[in-house]
Order: sequence, then C-alpha cells, then structure tokens
Amino acid sequence: MTTQNELYLGKPSYSVLGRRPVRHDGADKVTGKALYTADVNLPNMAHGKIVRSPHAHARIKSIVVSEALKVPGVFAVVTGKDWPDLKDKVAVMGEAGTVNLMHLGANCLAIDKVLYKGHAVAAVAAVNAHVAEEAARRIRVDYQVLPSVTWVLDAMKDDAPLLHPDLHTDSMGKKADKPSNVAVHLQFEKGNIADGFKLADLVVEREFRTASVHQGYIEPHAVVAMWNEDNRLKIWTATQGAFNCRQQTAELLQISISQVLVVPCEIGGGFGGKIAVYLEPVAALLSRQCGRPVKMVMQRNEVFEGTGPTPGSFIRLKLGAKNDGTLVAGEAWLAYDCGAFPGGMIGPGCMCVFSCYDLPNARVNGYDVLNNKPKTQAYRAPGSTQAAFACEQIVDELALKLGIDPIEFRLRNAAKEGTRRVDGPVYPRVGLVECLRAAQNSDHWKSPLTGKNRGRGVASGFWFNIGGASSCSASVNDDGIVNLVEGSTDIGGTRTSIAMQLAETLGISAEDVRPQVGDTDSVGYTFLTGGSRVTFATGLAAYKLGLDLQEQMKQRAAAIWECDPAAVQVLNGVYNHLGRSLTFKQIAAKIAEHKLDPVMGQASVTPEGSTNSFGVHIADVQVDPETGKTTILRYTAIQDAGKAVHPSYVEGQMQGGAVQGIGWALNEEYFFDAKDQMRNASFLDYRMPTCLDVPMIETIIVEVPNPSHPFGVRGVGETPIVPPPATIANAIQRATGVRMSELPISPARLWKALAGQAEEDGPEPCGERSS
Amino acid sequence: MSKKHHVTTSLNGQETEFLCESRQSLLEILRDQLRLTGAKEGCNNGNCGACTVLMNGVPVNSCIVLAVEANGAALETVEGLACLGHLHPLQQCFLEGAALQCGICTPGFLVTAKALLDKNPSPSEHDIRFNLANNLCRCTGYDKIVKAVQAAAKELQATQK
Repeated sequence: MTTQNELYLGKPSYSVLGRRPVRHDGADKVTGKALYTADVNLPNMAHGKIVRSPHAHARIKSIVVSEALKVPGVFAVVTGKDWPDLKDKVAVMGEAGTVNLMHLGANCLAIDKVLYKGHAVAAVAAVNAHVAEEAARRIRVDYQVLPSVTWVLDAMKDDAPLLHPDLHTDSMGKKADKPSNVAVHLQFEKGNIADGFKLADLVVEREFRTASVHQGYIEPHAVVAMWNEDNRLKIWTATQGAFNCRQQTAELLQISISQVLVVPCEIGGGFGGKIAVYLEPVAALLSRQCGRPVKMVMQRNEVFEGTGPTPGSFIRLKLGAKNDGTLVAGEAWLAYDCGAFPGGMIGPGCMCVFSCYDLPNARVNGYDVLNNKPKTQAYRAPGSTQAAFACEQIVDELALKLGIDPIEFRLRNAAKEGTRRVDGPVYPRVGLVECLRAAQNSDHWKSPLTGKNRGRGVASGFWFNIGGASSCSASVNDDGIVNLVEGSTDIGGTRTSIAMQLAETLGISAEDVRPQVGDTDSVGYTFLTGGSRVTFATGLAAYKLGLDLQEQMKQRAAAIWECDPAAVQVLNGVYNHLGRSLTFKQIAAKIAEHKLDPVMGQASVTPEGSTNSFGVHIADVQVDPETGKTTILRYTAIQDAGKAVHPSYVEGQMQGGAVQGIGWALNEEYFFDAKDQMRNASFLDYRMPTCLDVPMIETIIVEVPNPSHPFGVRGVGETPIVPPPATIANAIQRATGVRMSELPISPARLWKALAGQAEEDGPEPCGERSS
Repeated sequence: MSKKHHVTTSLNGQETEFLCESRQSLLEILRDQLRLTGAKEGCNNGNCGACTVLMNGVPVNSCIVLAVEANGAALETVEGLACLGHLHPLQQCFLEGAALQCGICTPGFLVTAKALLDKNPSPSEHDIRFNLANNLCRCTGYDKIVKAVQAAAKELQATQK
C-alpha cells in the first residue's frame, strides 16, 4: 500500500520526548540579546534603500540616476541593467514551487517592466539610511503606464492586460497558441464523476472567493551583504533556508554557490514568505559596487507592497452525497493568483481540496493566474486554506441538509490508510479519524451553546509534511555535553525539538545537548524550513546522528574496559559490560584521560514523499447583527502530531496557526483601488488579530504515529491555518443562517449579507442561501 | 550638516547622554547609536509594538517618539529587565510557558507587560489582553503570552508577601 520505509520503532515510552524543557535559545530572546539581521552592524557599513514603482503596471522608459549620485554620502546605485545575463533557468524552492531565475531576478529589480505597485526598480547605498532615502527620491524613473488587473477572474479574460506577452498557458505539458495570463492549467481525476454524481441523492454547488492576505511576520525583510575583494560574498539574512538563499543569490549573480556564505540570523517569522530572495542579491550588487558591507531593511509598507502575499482565489466546488451521508463524487475548479510572475500555489491547492475525504470519483481543474500583485509566496500550508474554505463549507451544507451531525458526516467519509488522493498518492497510516473522534469527545463539542446569534462550526484540514535533505553534526565534550550543529533555520523552537530527538536517542537529557544553527560553510546541505519538515526530517537526521554517536561511545567504553565493542550493552544512556557500567558523561570524561579519539559524528538524510498531517477545529461565534462583527467565543484546535516532541511548541503551532486563520477569516485582506494600488499597506489598516480579538485557543494533541519516522513524529506547523476560515464560516451559518462564500467575513460584508443586500462593489454573493 | 541636540536620560537606571538630529526617532538612537538592539523595528509607524520601551514608566512606541523628547526622561528597555544575573519573573515565565516562537515581538511584550504589572499586580485576563493589544505577535496566537503574564503576576505577588 505504501512505498515509504517503515521506520517507526514503536517505543512504549520516552525519556525526553513529550517533556517541556526551556528552549536553548530562550534566554537570548527574552533579554534582547538574540541577533536578528537588522541588529547586525559591521565596520564601514553602508545602508541601502530600494526605489519602488508607483504604478501597478508600466513600461520603464528610462531611469536617470545622476542626481542621486550627486547627493553627498551616496556610494552606489544599481538598476535591473546591473543583472548579469539571466538565463531561462529553473530553481526548486520547496513548497514555494519552482522559479524561473529570470523571473526571480526581475522581481528583485525590475527589467523593462514593472508589474505591481511596489515593484523594485533601483537601489541606492549611502552612508546612512536617511541619506539613502534622500538619494532614492532623486532617482528619476520615466514610466509608460499600462492597463492593469488584480482580480483573478478578470485576469483570465481574453481581453485582460497581459503581464508577460511571451507567456503561453502550459496545459498538462502542452503550450497554448495564444499568449495569456494563465500560466498553468492542471487537472487531476479519479474514478468517473459523471457516473458518481448519478448516484448522488443530494448535490451542492457553490462559488467561493478569497482575498489576498499577507504572512504578516513582524520582522521586515533585512539583509547585510559584504562582497569581498577575493570575490567571496557573505550574507547575513532573515531567511527560512540558508542554502536556498545561497543558491538563488549565486544563480542570480552568476557566481558559484561556494563563493557565497549565508549566515542565517535569528528570523522574526517567515510562514513561507522568507524563502524567495528579495534584498539579498540587490545588497550584494551594491556592496560589489561600493566595496563596503551594505545593510538593507524594508519598511512595513514595502513588506506589504513588495513581498509575497498568498493567492487571492476563486473556487467553484460541487459535491454529491447519498442520503446516508456517503460522498460519491466531487468536482472543483480553482483559479489562484500567482501575482506578477508564474509559479503560485495552485498545485497544492488542487492536491488539498478533497484531501480529507475518501472520494471515489473526483475531478479537479486548477489555474495559476498572473495579475498585477506582488509575486505570491507560500503562506503556511500554501493553497490549502482557500480550498478548505470551499470544500468544508459544502461538506457542512450537505451534512446540514441531510440531517447528519457534521462530525459524524466527516467520519463516514474520512480519508484513512489506503485512501487515494485525487492527485494520486495513497495515504499510509494517517490520523484524521482519530482527530474527528477527539473532536467528538472534546469538552467543547459536548458543551451546549445557547444564546441568540450564536453558532458552532467545525471543519477539517490537511497539509503534506514534506521530506527533503537535512544534515547535522555533533561533538561530545569532556563534560558530556553534546554540541549539535544543524542546518535548519529555527523559526519557532526547532533547535530544541531537534536536540530532544538527539537526546532521546542517546539517553541523555535535552539540557545536555547544546544546539546551534550552522551557516552554509559549517553544516551539511539542509533544505529550507518549510513544508512542516524540520522536526520530522532534521529530527530524523538527529536520530541517525545519535545512533552514530552511541556506536562511537560503545567503542570508547570497550577501549576503556578492553572488551569487544559488540559486547557493550546500552540501556537509557548507561553503557554496560559484565556488571560494569559507565554513564554517557562518565565515558566522555575518560576519553582524554585514556588518550582515545574524540567523539564526533555527522548524519544526513533525504526522506522522500509526504507524511500527511490532519487537524479538526471547532469554533463558537457570536454575530452582532447591528454591526456584522463576529466574536470568537471559544475555539479548539485538534491535530495529529504523530508524536509531540515538545508539546508546548506543538500547541504553540496549533494556536498560532489558528489565530492566523482567524485573521484570514474575519479581517485580513489587500484592498486595491481603481488603479490597482494597495490602500491598506500598514498594520493599522491591514488588521491582524491582537490579543484582545481572540480567546484562549484550546488544544488537543492526537498522536497517531507516522510510519516513516522512528519516533512517529509528524510535522505540525502548517495544518492549523487550514481549518479556521471554514470553521468560522460554518459557525456563522449556524448563528445566522447565512452562508458566507467570500473571505474575509469582515463586519461590513457580513452586515450586508445579513441585511440581504447585494454587495455594491466586487463580486456578487453566490449560491443559494440556507434558511 | 544638521545641528545636533544634546539629550540626557536615565537609561535602565544609568545616566546616559547622546547627540541626535531632530528627525531621529528614539528607536533609531537606541538601536544604532546606543547599540541597544533589544527593541525591534517592525513597522516604524507605531502599530506593532515591537519597539516598545518604558518612558517614565509608561509604554511608548519608540519608533514614533523623537529622540529629543527623551531629554530628562527615565527610559527602561528590555535590556534592563534582568537584574544581577537573574531573569525578571516575566522573562522566566515566558521561557517556561513557551510564550515565544520567533522571538521578535518578545521584547516589546515583556516591557509592556512589566508596565502593566507595575501598575496592576493582579490583572484579569481581560486587563492583560486590553493592555497588550498594542503589541502584535504573529506566531503564538497570544494564548501562551497571556498565560505567562498571569503566571508572572502570581509569582511577583507571592514573592512580595
């Protein structure tokens, strides 16, 4: 059934996993000592500033930089003309998909055309940020403004303004004759949907729309680049993947990857948005030109207008069920923005849309659509949240109309081991059924909800957990402390979750491992932090490393005892031979004394395939009919973690993802005006949840072991953002009888729907209204 | 070159002098001149709270306070929270309660929470949420931050009895 290696050891208990040690980098972070990129200050450092397009779509007629260069204290100016010849080459960027380097370069500094407001066109380096800003204002760019488009369906029309006149739709490997904004058309199919729908007693079909939202990391993008006279380029940066940053930067600058050293600083949030480079290659060009290290830090409006939001989307979705609640067929049509350059999140969107269901007949069509927005980037389970917003509402409506409890309905159709997803893969052991049962048995679900304008909703969600390459190395000190160097940048406590897996393998405590994140010269290749892969894949490397260290410690013990290493038994970190025993620390202390070789090890892994994570959320809401405001009264997130390595940080991922999803559901959106300019590019107007907007987020961790990890670990980071918008929409339906088909369900939008008014601007609400 | 102003403050209990231009924010002086990089710049327009410091005991967004305004003021930053090698109970509770993930917002939250507990030693959950609403966190969903402040309040009260 599954082609994945069965690695699960099935240990009945753990000595380290499941405990909650204080994170190793914690003291630095609560005292202000932790070094983030913007905190780096080098001698003789210059400060850079980007000049950005004021237009959503325009041809660059000319750029005059002479006035900028006259400003005292200006050292360098670069434009798109400073790129080396960028070949049509494709780089793999993990869950962010693949990227054409020509497009990546043009996104960092425009070539010929600007494709969205905020698109970088030039950059300047000066003695300080104020002078750089002053000089940037004096760079004159002459534009020929072109018609623009930002709504995904408008961009698909035949007469839409074309972003890339040389781009022809790739439809299942075939190129279309005419140029189009549709970069890619995908189709997945299983069974026969025509036959399937014939079996249905009830079919529900609706259309759904979602606005662009931003990852909203609190740390703006920042970089310090230093191009040395020996042609070595050193980069300190806020990145989710030091090696991926190295690759992108080297390829854009057409230098060897080994000329580039990337030092990943502490990173102030990423959520998928800090995988693609923006500032790194530009700062490098400036540094090469002026011979100084160059620091660049974005302002918040630059982050909103110049970096990747997640796709806005249109989805039409149809599901058919029998009267007994059995799903028989489904069809989905998804169009997702990719913004200014191809390569959006439509692939995972199509794979995820029916991923929670054992659906015998299904067809999915997906479209990757260019429009005049910043190039979309991954955002926590990219593409899955929009798809779940559609699918989980249709499922809810079927359950409601068939008079079946919504959890019971999901249980009857839940994906499980052996279920084939519409895009092909067959699930190994997964934990959706267990999550649904935990939801059913939760205090939240069992507690009555009473009161006017109140309702309870439930929804499921899925994300993959990818594998990929991970490396780590370690040395054992005389005092028995293990120094661990691992290659995954740590966004949310993964140094500790990786260290704990090494400690568990060695039978020592988490505190006896000192983890650090290596730079690209000091640790083996490690794929980026994303795809919920780090605790799973880099943890797997740490396990393998632990086995190697343990074997070496056995050999040292055998040398001390003058016995055969194979005869040394290890139990819970204690090494035994014929009644003699030494602890890990005791052996470490004797290594130098006995003139034995120091113990150090390394391990790398490349687990393939996906290990699948499911979650179920429950929300109670109260809707104020006077204002349309939705208040979350109670919220519970349930998720299969496989094995929760550090339960506090698993809960933290579930709570953080849930609240990001609540923001997506109720408030967050890019507002574009008639000229396709974003009008809310600040944290004041782009309303992310504050702590006053949300209640405590209750969590239930379910543990269904992942067969492809020795401790059964599954990634947990991304799945929790998937269910919230659908959960809340379903709760609002129960509270008001109105089904909301457009995100965000802002007070104004809900108020209008409640008043039975058609929306004045933008798309019409669609589908029938439940009573 | 523009004329610089001479500013004298008490910074984490130590008299500190600096020169600044009229246009420079307190955050810029703290970070780039005094090299106290604990306060972070998240938005530079007073909306995220990552740059929060205490000015005469009151939390302010140092990105929208001009450095000249700090003349004669008592400033407290995250660097001043721990004392003689001991973490402040808030810092300890943040660590034990896993109230941080990426950590970029943490200094701002700690400083804001300290101002709250200085004023109100036993805040309700609503008091905490109301007072911390100026600080954005994108990682935690706030649950563990609120609980860490509750735990710190209890601990501070216990030690004062």
